[in-house]
Amino acid sequence: MNLRLHIWRQTGPSDHGMLRAYNVNNVSEHMSFLEMLDVLNEELIEKGEEPVAFDHDCREGICGTCGMVINGRPHGPLSRTTACQLHMRSFKDGDEIYIEPWRATAFPIVRDLVVDRSAFDRVIQRGGFVSVNTGNAQDGNAIPISKIDADVSMDAAACIGCGACVAACPNSSASLFVAAKIGHLVALPQGKAEAATRAMSMVLSMDAEGFGSCTNHYECEAACPKGISADFIAQMNREFMKSVF
Amino acid sequence: MSFESYIPSGPIEQKWDNYKAEQKLVNPANKRKYKVIVVGTGLAGSAAAASLAELGYNVSAFTYHDSPRRAHSIAAQGGINAAKNYQNDGDSVWRLFYDTVKGGDFRAREANVYRLAQVSESIIDQCVAQGVPFAREYGGYLSNRSFGGAQVSRTFYARGQTGQQLLIGAYQALSRQIGLGKVTMHNKNEMMDLIVVNGKARGIVTRDLVTGKIESHIADAVLLCTGGYGNVFYLSTNAMNCNVTAAYRAYKKGAFFGNPCYTQIHPTCIPVSGDYQSKLTLMSESLRNDGRIWVPKTQGEARGAAEIPETERDYYLERKYPSFGNLSPRDIASRAAKEACDDGRGVGPGGKGVYLDFADAINRLGQSTIEERYGNLFEMYERITGENPYKVPMRIYPAVHYTMGGLWVDYELMSTIPGLFVLGEANFSDHGANRLGASALMQGLADGYFVIPYTLANYFAKGGIEKIDTSIKEVRDAQQQSTEKIQSLLSINGKRTPTSFHRELGKIMWDKCGMARNEKGLSEALIEIPALREEFWQNLTVPGSGEQLNQSLEVANRVADFLEFSELMVRDAVERRESAGGHFREEYQTPDGEAKRNDEEFSYVAAWEYKGEGSKPELHKEQLEFENVKLATRSYK
Repeated sequence: MNLRLHIWRQTGPSDHGMLRAYNVNNVSEHMSFLEMLDVLNEELIEKGEEPVAFDHDCREGICGTCGMVINGRPHGPLSRTTACQLHMRSFKDGDEIYIEPWRATAFPIVRDLVVDRSAFDRVIQRGGFVSVNTGNAQDGNAIPISKIDADVSMDAAACIGCGACVAACPNSSASLFVAAKIGHLVALPQGKAEAATRAMSMVLSMDAEGFGSCTNHYECEAACPKGISADFIAQMNREFMKSVF
Repeated sequence: MSFESYIPSGPIEQKWDNYKAEQKLVNPANKRKYKVIVVGTGLAGSAAAASLAELGYNVSAFTYHDSPRRAHSIAAQGGINAAKNYQNDGDSVWRLFYDTVKGGDFRAREANVYRLAQVSESIIDQCVAQGVPFAREYGGYLSNRSFGGAQVSRTFYARGQTGQQLLIGAYQALSRQIGLGKVTMHNKNEMMDLIVVNGKARGIVTRDLVTGKIESHIADAVLLCTGGYGNVFYLSTNAMNCNVTAAYRAYKKGAFFGNPCYTQIHPTCIPVSGDYQSKLTLMSESLRNDGRIWVPKTQGEARGAAEIPETERDYYLERKYPSFGNLSPRDIASRAAKEACDDGRGVGPGGKGVYLDFADAINRLGQSTIEERYGNLFEMYERITGENPYKVPMRIYPAVHYTMGGLWVDYELMSTIPGLFVLGEANFSDHGANRLGASALMQGLADGYFVIPYTLANYFAKGGIEKIDTSIKEVRDAQQQSTEKIQSLLSINGKRTPTSFHRELGKIMWDKCGMARNEKGLSEALIEIPALREEFWQNLTVPGSGEQLNQSLEVANRVADFLEFSELMVRDAVERRESAGGHFREEYQTPDGEAKRNDEEFSYVAAWEYKGEGSKPELHKEQLEFENVKLATRSYK
């Protein structure tokens, strides 16, 4: 198939940036979306032009490195699918495709489609862990954990930290990301001891990083490649309230 | 340059205890005076950085990723082994040790493997305490599954995302230390060189990938936790950014490289679909618990899987290896797949595939059970291929997955350069010539959480680390060389892209130093690789500058090292005139096509020393002593 791409080009954080159009021809339906961009980039380099910068690494949908808004949707048209796992069979000959970076104040653009998501790391550093030093642990089976609790915890822990939730939210809220971490840890007995301080400090840190507030649009849940439920946001709010009173 | 394994005395069960009893320690108040650099933040790196910071050391960690949560450890699907024997099925530290030595085709160092098996239990405990949501049974206790090369169920897992959950656990421990100010984290920084002063590793040169700034960092010890070099084949299951640069540049500074030819080809990957292919995707080995592997009995079979009756199918693993069947170790399962395809019985486009069929399991257990066990893997398969594996069998083919070789280390995980420690996949240490499934996560975390905190103290306590600063000549020289290297890559102004060279190198390596190797092919590779390298330095093009984010430059810098390192790999493969584990030399096989070791002559670790540009590297041999395990022909029949 032949495609016309409109890609956001921006040389650095202070540049204004703009959409530029490119043609890519003879695209196979078996290519991944990123492989299609690889083909474009190889052509650009051969012409002496600078290739489109985009973040990617595992190309298996698990590392959370890749992320771009494709035709208005973070990670593109397939639900529960990262951009690297999106394949060109989701498109057809003659399609025009708009490709843009995540847009959020807390995620400044580094170059083209690459954004700086270090705000996520800083939020985790404020409490997204269990305070246990190496060597402290008792036997792994010492505390039985019901399968239901373990499963709920895993549902939340599946977050890959890609930032699609922020990109999808009209308020650029990081609530789903933060709630997933709180939900992962509070479901387990190991995470309960610090539940109050964790909720308080992560929520405050999220606000301080410049993420917006949640006003229940549920766009995050729809965009999340791991299908993390917005129910965790309700739980986060509950944990936060509990930490206040 | 020391080349001594320093295996502690005593019976194997007591070696690690003896080491700990006799080692030197660093007083808690003195720990903060030592600075440690950790390069790489996968399982080994994050675990080490967090644990050392908890102890009070002054740690700086570096990753080329935008966050320490992204390393490729995250992609491990199936699980992590530990000798807990929760299943009451006959497991023990001894059995995990024995399985690992045997699985490695008797080419690993006994003492290291035994220690790995010993600390495996603590890893599970530690991860549970961190909040890793391992799979549980209804009674609330930890669940296990089986994996290749073992007859017990000792693999702990978190759905099909075990690596992710373990890495997130280590990342959270590391994040806590960053938040406490005990670890200084440098994201988007790639190691360019190792700084060696008076024979000791004293720091690294880095390049900031966003600003292009090249800087030197000084420390009292350097830990390389930089993963494997599978991407030398271009197509592999490794992440796109995995590379050999840190390890290779340490090698050029004097660290010996151990067993570079030992690479693991994983039997269950999604087959290549076209020339544009950028990487290969693994389908977890755990699928072989319930999936049955087969090809048609007749060559050039044109019918679809469903039309081929049971009697015309060859379940070749079950036929050839009845006691392990579909759970035969990776090297054996991969070669058997290649054999079937070379015989003209492969399936799918180009005949490069075999079926992994779940029909029997779905009939026996119901679709919901299969969904529960492998749902995310089935989804991933469908996304990539457009085929529904609940309805038609998966098609799989072997692909490069892991490298058992790596920088040579002694029992303390120290390389031949004092002060340079190497952890995880980056070292050669525990898996011999073939790694068993669910053992990479175990090794990375063992090294990071439970080995380096002890052995590093022993190194520091011996003293002799002088005070230096970044103004000395060794530091300035290393930084200058790195700057020149970047400039030279940018100034060739040729016609070919970095990736085109990488792809061509990968093809040479896969064809001539891949699943099966022979003297003729390897000799050809030794001519083709230098020729390609020469063209690289004359005809490369890298657009843009070195002062901003330039991903083509990153690739070029890594491919330049692959183009040198590949030659070392091939040389090692030439010298090892036997077949062992993942290294299959066609000249050395049994009449029925199994790998034929030569223990008389090759029961050693090949440790290569760099001898300067244009000179042949020198081969040193660490003789392997098997005092506890009897050398035997590995049989899974």
